[in-house]
Amino acid sequence: MERAGKPRLKFLIGGALIVTAVIYLIASSMSANAQYYYTIDELQARGGDPSGRSMRVLGAVIGDSIEYDPQTLTLRFTVANMPADTAEIERLGGLASVLHEAVSNPEATLLDVVYVGPKPDLLRNEAQAVMTGKVGEDGVFYADELLLKCPTKYEDTAPESAGE
Amino acid sequence: MAANLGFGALCLAFLVSLYGAAAAVVGAARHSAAWVGSARRAMLLTFPLLTVSALSLLYLLANGNYEVRYVASVTSSSMPLYLRLTALWGGQAGSLFFWSWLMAAFASAVMLRKWDRDGEFLPWVILVALVTLAFFLGLSIVVENPFVRTWHLGSGRPFYAMFPPLGAQIFRPANGSGLNPLLRHPGMIIHPPMLYLGFVSFVIPYAYAIAALITGRTDDRWMRVTRRWTLVAWLFLSLGLLLGGRWAYDVLGWGGYWGWDPVEIAAFMPWLTGTAFLHSVMIQEKRGMFKQWNMVLIILTYALVIFGTFLTRSGVLTSVHAFARSAIGPLFLGFISITFLGSLGLLVYRWNALRSDVEMTSIFSREALFLLNNLLFMSILVACFSGVVYPILSEGLGIVGDMIPAWADVFTGQQKTVGPEYYENTTGPLFAGLLLLMGVAPLAAWRHSTAKTLGRAIWKPTLVSLAVPLLALLGGMRHWAALLGFWLAAFVVAVTVYEFWRAAWARHQLHGEALPLALWQLAGRNRRRYGGYIIHLGVVLMAIGILGIEIFQTQTQGTLAQGETLALGEYTITFERLNVFDTTDGRNVARATVSVRRDGDYLGELYPRRDYYYEAQQPVTMPGVRSTLEDDLYVVLVDWQPISTLGATFKVYHNPLVNWLWLGGLVFILGTMVAAWPDHDPELRRAAQRKSAPEAAQA
Repeated sequence: MERAGKPRLKFLIGGALIVTAVIYLIASSMSANAQYYYTIDELQARGGDPSGRSMRVLGAVIGDSIEYDPQTLTLRFTVANMPADTAEIERLGGLASVLHEAVSNPEATLLDVVYVGPKPDLLRNEAQAVMTGKVGEDGVFYADELLLKCPTKYEDTAPESAGE
Repeated sequence: MAANLGFGALCLAFLVSLYGAAAAVVGAARHSAAWVGSARRAMLLTFPLLTVSALSLLYLLANGNYEVRYVASVTSSSMPLYLRLTALWGGQAGSLFFWSWLMAAFASAVMLRKWDRDGEFLPWVILVALVTLAFFLGLSIVVENPFVRTWHLGSGRPFYAMFPPLGAQIFRPANGSGLNPLLRHPGMIIHPPMLYLGFVSFVIPYAYAIAALITGRTDDRWMRVTRRWTLVAWLFLSLGLLLGGRWAYDVLGWGGYWGWDPVEIAAFMPWLTGTAFLHSVMIQEKRGMFKQWNMVLIILTYALVIFGTFLTRSGVLTSVHAFARSAIGPLFLGFISITFLGSLGLLVYRWNALRSDVEMTSIFSREALFLLNNLLFMSILVACFSGVVYPILSEGLGIVGDMIPAWADVFTGQQKTVGPEYYENTTGPLFAGLLLLMGVAPLAAWRHSTAKTLGRAIWKPTLVSLAVPLLALLGGMRHWAALLGFWLAAFVVAVTVYEFWRAAWARHQLHGEALPLALWQLAGRNRRRYGGYIIHLGVVLMAIGILGIEIFQTQTQGTLAQGETLALGEYTITFERLNVFDTTDGRNVARATVSVRRDGDYLGELYPRRDYYYEAQQPVTMPGVRSTLEDDLYVVLVDWQPISTLGATFKVYHNPLVNWLWLGGLVFILGTMVAAWPDHDPELRRAAQRKSAPEAAQA
């Protein structure tokens, strides 16, 4: 019985050490890997990203702008600003109409995007694009990851093709 | 007609669930067997009612009744019958309904078991199951009704409603828009039902846990009754996750299987708590410890199951999976909050009754290592959960960043997200820790175990397993994480094989059984333990596959004229020809033929292709894969010139060892089936265990 207190202390110390290590692991990975998530308007307002780190940007794909060079696998297209907030998208009549509005609005802020890789299956007019990458000095967004969503036909189940 | 019948049965099932839930409470309050019996019959009635509803919907889908909005949104006339039927869970409204149908089936199955030994649980199990069912049925009726039809009001836009507004005509489009072509894959057809089966079967152990908390019968009876349910739930959830990964690998064409997207994580989180639960219940059964903790785990699992269904079905977070836009988000969050807080309240109320029978004494004892295992699973859960909710927290907690400058970069008031690197960095070391435990824990003794006794058991397998990284090092491998990973894998295999060997050898010596027979008898006598070891072996094989593709994947790309070759490592692919043709099911297929050589030896042909679905106006890229145990060569047709001789562009991935991932998955499933396989006479065995349990606890 006299030894009962000792192992408990050991467990407490051991547990505390592990918990601290895990918290440190999560916090450090998070601050090293977190990316800002901007709409194009927010990106323009900031004049690029101050940290120079990679970030995520959301936009509506303008179909006529899509160019693909299969020799170099270089994909170029332009996206128009659209809101990121789900509630706001809902209020404006759903994702399909928000994307349609964004693409047809002549005053929308635009962003040119360059991506190298296979052309994603879902890239087309009025698709929603989430791009991860950096803004170059030329003002073009160089994406290393491209996620697309097409709500027009499949409101419910469309998965997206992902590019890397 | 069928739509009315289906909707009628759905509404009836909803009313019956509400009645059953109320009758269960009345029955429990008045100790009235008649009321409880009535509640039980109500529970049993929901399943045939929902089956009528399901059959109606299946009929509408098969028959192409496009006036029903759901049918029009997920099927089209060019789809084969099996795809039309599986479109039952292809869209939001259908899959929510499907969830309820499965839930009713499972809960009814539970009702049919013998209840004479735990009758006091019955009304409360019914209550939990029916409240959950009623919530989902309510959603199906009010917000996501799969039977809603399209109407024409003379002029203007079509109008969607269950019943026609005055003067409206039914509107039947000539064709539907069809299931998303990306989902027309065998893996995708079985993946959602497996996940859902996993989700709904976790409701059963939760229902028993709540029944135990309410009745105050807080021994481990609830756990023993639901042990097999938990294993089955876990089996389905694991299968669902595996199939999802396989689908991504086969269809999405980016050479990967898991992208750490919020929806994947949403399905993974209940698996994490479920796995922790499966481990820690063993400690409660053996040693009477962790009782409060097990309650926490099952409550968390239930909340995460509902949360997972919600995440896949709402618009909260950006993800590669589609999020439907609908009003169900707040309802889900409300339901999760109420059930979660209610369950925690009950747990606090019974907190003292759930104290451990004994204290933990030794840091190297098996129970302490199980505790560590739980800690690691929970850490992975916390890492995943933080990543998923981080965008919301970063924006919402901007004030924290303003107050504490050190955190200004974390809580910015702006939406920030984390990508796959974050998840890999945080969970990688934790998974490695779990592998290590998987090797150490089976060697640790219960109760008292010191570093010395553990060391004595461990040094042999350690020494043997060190040969693997040494050989790899000699072979030229310099990647330290890979070396560590392969050592851990070898270590677990060595320990597990050693465990099997030791026990089989003992039987061989004792009973004179031949070794293979001894192994068979061994697994049969203690299925959970040896099933568990088989699962561990499966995990190790999967780990080998994951290390292979994550660390050693290489890729190249190029545009080839006919007859030209592209090299990747030892492999070369040669572009032979390209065929473009239409199929009868509405696809335009561009299929390339490439021949594969390794060090100049001809290995065969691959056919990467791009299917263009006319109706959906969407292409689907199908890679050509040459798969062996050593590696996969994964060729994607990226683009081609109109005249095929001009050339085509390919992207080629070399994925070493990835097949071990799928192979490990099979072993894993097999092990789970061994562990969950029914005993000859479970009640008798349990009775025997119950008798011996108090003696063991006193010892």
